[in-house]
Amino acid sequence: MTKVYKLEELDCANCAAKMEDAINKMPEVKHATVNFMTQKLTLETEHEITVDLLKKIEKTCRKVERDCRLIY
Amino acid sequence: MSRKQKRNVFRIAFVAVLFVVVWALPTDGVVRLLTFLVPYAIVGYDVVFEALRNIAHGQVFDENFLMSVATIGAFFVADYPEAVAVMLFYQVGELFQSIAIGKSRKSIAALMDIRPDYANVLRDGDVKTVSPEEVEIGEIIEIKPGEKIPLDAVVTKGETTVNTAALTGESVPVTCRVGDAVISGSVNQNGLIEARVTSVFGESTVSKILDLVENATSKKAKSENFITRFAKYYTPCVVFAALALALIPPLLFKQPFSVWVTRALTFLVVSCPCALVVSVPLTFFCGIGGASRQGVLIKGANYLETLSKAETVVFDKTGTLTNGTFTVVAIHPQQISERELLDLTATAESVSSHPIATSILKAYGEPIDKTRIGNIEELSGRGIHAVIDGKSVYVGNGVLMQSVGVDFHECKTVGTTVHIAVDGLYAGHIVIADTVKPDAKSAVEQLKASGIRKTVMLTGDSETVGQSVAKELGMDEAYTQLMPDDKVEKTEKLLAEKNTKSTLAFVGDGINDAPVLARADVGIAMGALGSDAAIEAADVVLMDDKPAKLVTALKISRKTMRILRQNIVFALSVKAVVLLLSAFGLASMWVAVFADVGVMILAVCNAVRAMRWKK
Repeated sequence: MTKVYKLEELDCANCAAKMEDAINKMPEVKHATVNFMTQKLTLETEHEITVDLLKKIEKTCRKVERDCRLIY
Repeated sequence: MSRKQKRNVFRIAFVAVLFVVVWALPTDGVVRLLTFLVPYAIVGYDVVFEALRNIAHGQVFDENFLMSVATIGAFFVADYPEAVAVMLFYQVGELFQSIAIGKSRKSIAALMDIRPDYANVLRDGDVKTVSPEEVEIGEIIEIKPGEKIPLDAVVTKGETTVNTAALTGESVPVTCRVGDAVISGSVNQNGLIEARVTSVFGESTVSKILDLVENATSKKAKSENFITRFAKYYTPCVVFAALALALIPPLLFKQPFSVWVTRALTFLVVSCPCALVVSVPLTFFCGIGGASRQGVLIKGANYLETLSKAETVVFDKTGTLTNGTFTVVAIHPQQISERELLDLTATAESVSSHPIATSILKAYGEPIDKTRIGNIEELSGRGIHAVIDGKSVYVGNGVLMQSVGVDFHECKTVGTTVHIAVDGLYAGHIVIADTVKPDAKSAVEQLKASGIRKTVMLTGDSETVGQSVAKELGMDEAYTQLMPDDKVEKTEKLLAEKNTKSTLAFVGDGINDAPVLARADVGIAMGALGSDAAIEAADVVLMDDKPAKLVTALKISRKTMRILRQNIVFALSVKAVVLLLSAFGLASMWVAVFADVGVMILAVCNAVRAMRWKK
């Protein structure tokens, strides 16, 4: 399934690229894009998107940019 | 400003005051170091913390790291004011950058503010306001004056004018009556209408457009990939260069350490590639966003780049350069008046449903009095024989005239000729042809003026018609009587002929030229409003059917690429100069921070220009 999430306080373009790389490396994720300008994460997975996965993604994003929040 | 930004403003102001106080204090030695550490800690704790955290995560080279190393290094060489000042200056820069990006995000959001928020749907005799996603196909929605049309629909009640400016960039309103389609994202201007929904929200024109524009930047242009690759190798290279700068002169040539460490630190600060990393995607985004406002949808940054390099433009004729509908272009009567001739022809043709008949009736423009017609018969492939007002009228082609023994002559005007004979005598002829769009000629002229080397027309139409249109429009080449696969073949030939650095754009109406659209370097479909096939097949979509939009698309793409080049050249050259200066000890840390953050802010401001477009 494919869903779009909002990323708040995403302030650096380089970080967005790093997040995209990191999320794409997760085994649950089929494909992910982080759009810096629209502050959106498009997430494509084989199975249902779980809250656990979203938490894991948010943690990954925070590793790159401390203030970043994933809205779900 | 967001809360985070406001907090930073206070922090910066406070530290600035504290910095002046600490500087003025008559201290020295360790005491001076400690007093300077206070403002430094306040203004730079997050940067240092972030740098340490990133090192723990194995990501070493980022701007936090560079700034931390540079300022901590300044403490080591006992240049305390500089350490604080640089960190302060860096935070000011970051704040400005954050504001600039926030602003551009906002203007982009405003640009794409065509998403309808709600729909008024008629359910169980009541009007309910719901989210457009909840409305199903076949439901009736009510749209009040001033409201956005939430979903693609067909008018079932009422009459209004609709403004499609947000979709096409065209501000002339369109009148919509019962049976007409209204398109989501346009604005209902003055009448209350009811309409039957024809597509769910996810499939509606407005969501397709938004989706397209928002995701366009994910298709990376060559220059964008270049920057990403560049940044990957650049940062480590610079760090090692800085290391060499700090170590080699003191160790090999017995130079003072402090001088060369300072130079190396300055060098590090300058080197940050952020200006490029931020401004390149931003420029593309602004360019694509600005184009969408003009009714030009560009499906990816790569297509914008390709379009800007176009030197050959290939046009389809019918529906692209011409209206694609038949119109009466000439009435040449003999013995009787023009109106009489048209009257007789229209009356005779009123029984036919042939496109020629339709165009003649349209030119006549009045209702037909069918009681005047006595006997009437259609002569397949030749025309019509009718008795009108007691007169025997033959309307048809040359073959028909010959078969009834009427002396006729062909017309010089290019098109389909309809001859008329009344009571065995030739009464004249009417010529019908596909007409050229009013702005087609000026569009071709403007394309040439803006540097398009070759304009080519491809058509399935006959040699005479095709060549006459091509000549009228001033096309460089025209190929006629082509089958769809001949068009692909011709396009391939043109692709091989053109200059390898330039590109070839094909413009069609997207209906039957999908293979050519795909084969060309950049496929452009026009008249796409409401046509899904065209939106899907092409790389660039012109929302309305005016050839002039092509000129706009080309100019926007070139402007965007120009801004991009300006930014890349500006950022790299400022950095190169300051890097050299700092290596020789001629640039202070202040200049270095400007070369990093200042250049980035200027580049972002320049990038935003790509969004603005004056007609």
